[in-house]
Amino acid sequence: MLQRDYTTSQLDVLEAEAIHIMREVAAEFERPCLLFSGGKDSIVMLRIAEKAFWPAPIPFPLMHVDTGHNFDEVIEFRDRRSAELGARLIVASVQDSIDQGRVVEETGRRASRNRLQTTTLLDAIEEHAFDAVFGGARRDEEKARAKERVFSFRDEFGQWDPKNQRPELWNLYNARIRKGEHIRVFPLSNWTELDVWDYIRREGIEIPSIYFAHTRKVFERDGMLLPDADVVQRGDDEPLFEAVVRYRTVGDMTCTGAVQSTAATVEEIIEEIAATRITERGATRADDRSSEAAMEDRKREGYF
Amino acid sequence: MDILRFATAGSVDDGKSTLIGRLLFDSKAIFEDQLEAVERTSRDRGTEYTDLSLLTDGLRAEREQGITIDVAYRYFATPRRKFIIADTPGHIQYTRNMVTGASTADLAIILIDARKGVLEQSRRHAFLTSLLRVPHLVLAVNKMDLVDYSEERFEEIREEFSAFASKLNVGDLTFIPISALNGDNVVSRSENMPWYLGTSLLHHLENVHIASDRNLTDVRFPVQYVIRPQRATDHAFHDYRGYAGQVAGGVLKPGDEVVHLPSGLTTRISSIDTYDGPVEEAFAPMSVTLRFEDDIDISRGDMIARPNNQPQAAQELEAMVCWMTDIRKLTPRSKLTIKHTTRTARALVRDLHYRLDVNTLHRDEEATSLSLNEIGRVSLRVTQPLFVDDYSRNRLTGGFILIDEATNSTVGAGMILDAS
Repeated sequence: MLQRDYTTSQLDVLEAEAIHIMREVAAEFERPCLLFSGGKDSIVMLRIAEKAFWPAPIPFPLMHVDTGHNFDEVIEFRDRRSAELGARLIVASVQDSIDQGRVVEETGRRASRNRLQTTTLLDAIEEHAFDAVFGGARRDEEKARAKERVFSFRDEFGQWDPKNQRPELWNLYNARIRKGEHIRVFPLSNWTELDVWDYIRREGIEIPSIYFAHTRKVFERDGMLLPDADVVQRGDDEPLFEAVVRYRTVGDMTCTGAVQSTAATVEEIIEEIAATRITERGATRADDRSSEAAMEDRKREGYF
Repeated sequence: MDILRFATAGSVDDGKSTLIGRLLFDSKAIFEDQLEAVERTSRDRGTEYTDLSLLTDGLRAEREQGITIDVAYRYFATPRRKFIIADTPGHIQYTRNMVTGASTADLAIILIDARKGVLEQSRRHAFLTSLLRVPHLVLAVNKMDLVDYSEERFEEIREEFSAFASKLNVGDLTFIPISALNGDNVVSRSENMPWYLGTSLLHHLENVHIASDRNLTDVRFPVQYVIRPQRATDHAFHDYRGYAGQVAGGVLKPGDEVVHLPSGLTTRISSIDTYDGPVEEAFAPMSVTLRFEDDIDISRGDMIARPNNQPQAAQELEAMVCWMTDIRKLTPRSKLTIKHTTRTARALVRDLHYRLDVNTLHRDEEATSLSLNEIGRVSLRVTQPLFVDDYSRNRLTGGFILIDEATNSTVGAGMILDAS
């Protein structure tokens, strides 16, 4: 008899690791929640959660930090998907934070609610007394994230201290915290953008329509294509034009750029990404372009 | 396509960043915007060449101080394999990072500058690689272009390093002469070293056989989470009771007789469940849910094994411990929290037998404590039995972490010896 070769494919290894991480959290924390934005990474994370606890329902609520500047298609998807799963969805609203005077809206052409989200997120974590918060961030996205732990400790101010992280060995995760502190947990840490898309294809997972090529009115700013929308302030020197585009990442309309693309299926998207020479955040996120350490600074304050 | 996790050790001077940069660049894992950012920063600083270490040194303090603080994880893929690099700093202060990176690595690459030969640092990296039982080690002799691609020099280094490695537990050792800067023997075979008959580094990484490095012999299933879907809308699952976990060793099949620890009761596996349906066998690193024929009281932290092949149920442990904090020292009588597989308990340090000098392998039996980045042999007493194997037999059931009870920091990593 031939010796069986127990090779495991990369997606199976990554899935098994992510399931293990989710079960650790469910076992060791009192009040976890999963950040669900309707973006592809959080959609994959949600599928992993379904798998980790099947046939039981997902044992924690979902939470979305809604800037009020999200794409309609994504909000619709978010609500429908949570309802299908029978999951409890908490929407933490940046508008509420503004109305309550917790944060002040930025003004001007480049005004964005991106940074304001941090306050809303931390307030919601405190209000609901969440002790573990799942995020869909990946280490290949950005160089500050490349050094972040799977279980990433946050102090009572929600801050991340990159120079003082807990060592993480084998598959052993330290879940110990004091009251008021929490852990951000990143089950997709070791996935790349291409892994996420390969997984979406393999699992046949539905994603919001804006990931696929469509015709949209856009204008150009700093080499990025921003959408025509009420919440995006466009100058007279920034003319609108129609283009066939799709989104590689899904965030705020004010700072998420579209890419010109005709990829209309997951297969075509995978082909496109395999050939691309620009990172997803570099291509599409104004928030990361502001400085060399833009992501590190926001993360230190408690950002996703 | 499978995954190879490898750790790299060495300092910037050894050309480690250049090597990683080349692997990433040649496999198209570095993107234009990343390269432009690095080129811009290199220019701003007045560096003449494009400093590829800027790709991995992501934190502000690292760029300011020109050092690497922490383990950075990088990703690339070829048509054959996906690779995860744990890039660990080579500086002496950061032994804990090397230990962290090596704990999950299938392979380690140690870089040596051909002009300098085997240094204290190279010995330290080799020792840590063997202590963490990384199954495959590659000694990349770099900067061969600066020694005229000399076979003689390469052989000298090979002999010196082999002599040292023979004192260690190194499973599979491969020597490759390279020039990371010029690309010799990195992705393809170099024409500058016709005397070298081996493969290029990338070819080795793509082809080294790792599937059998996992323990497929000793069935070990640490119970992680009990799944009882009482709220399930589907009544078919009303009485469902499954035990979820990630296989740590062996191959499990439905019908297999198994033993539950700590009770010692035996039963049979009735089903191995996943969301995608039942499976016919489960092995590491699969995450599955087991159901059993008999109703046994099973909870998180318990272990499933085979009646004739069980781990040791131990409350007295002998272990090598790497100390990872400067907030306190490890001393006899220290009390700590220990996490081993899915079981957490309290541990008392009964004895520190010796502190090991990682450069000379000298055992200092007079030592009374372990400080940050020091390694020593200790005896521990644990409040409840842990189901352990020798670390050399199974890294997942032989490794543990120690947590400081005052700060909740992870302060130590341990590898179990002489499980008995």
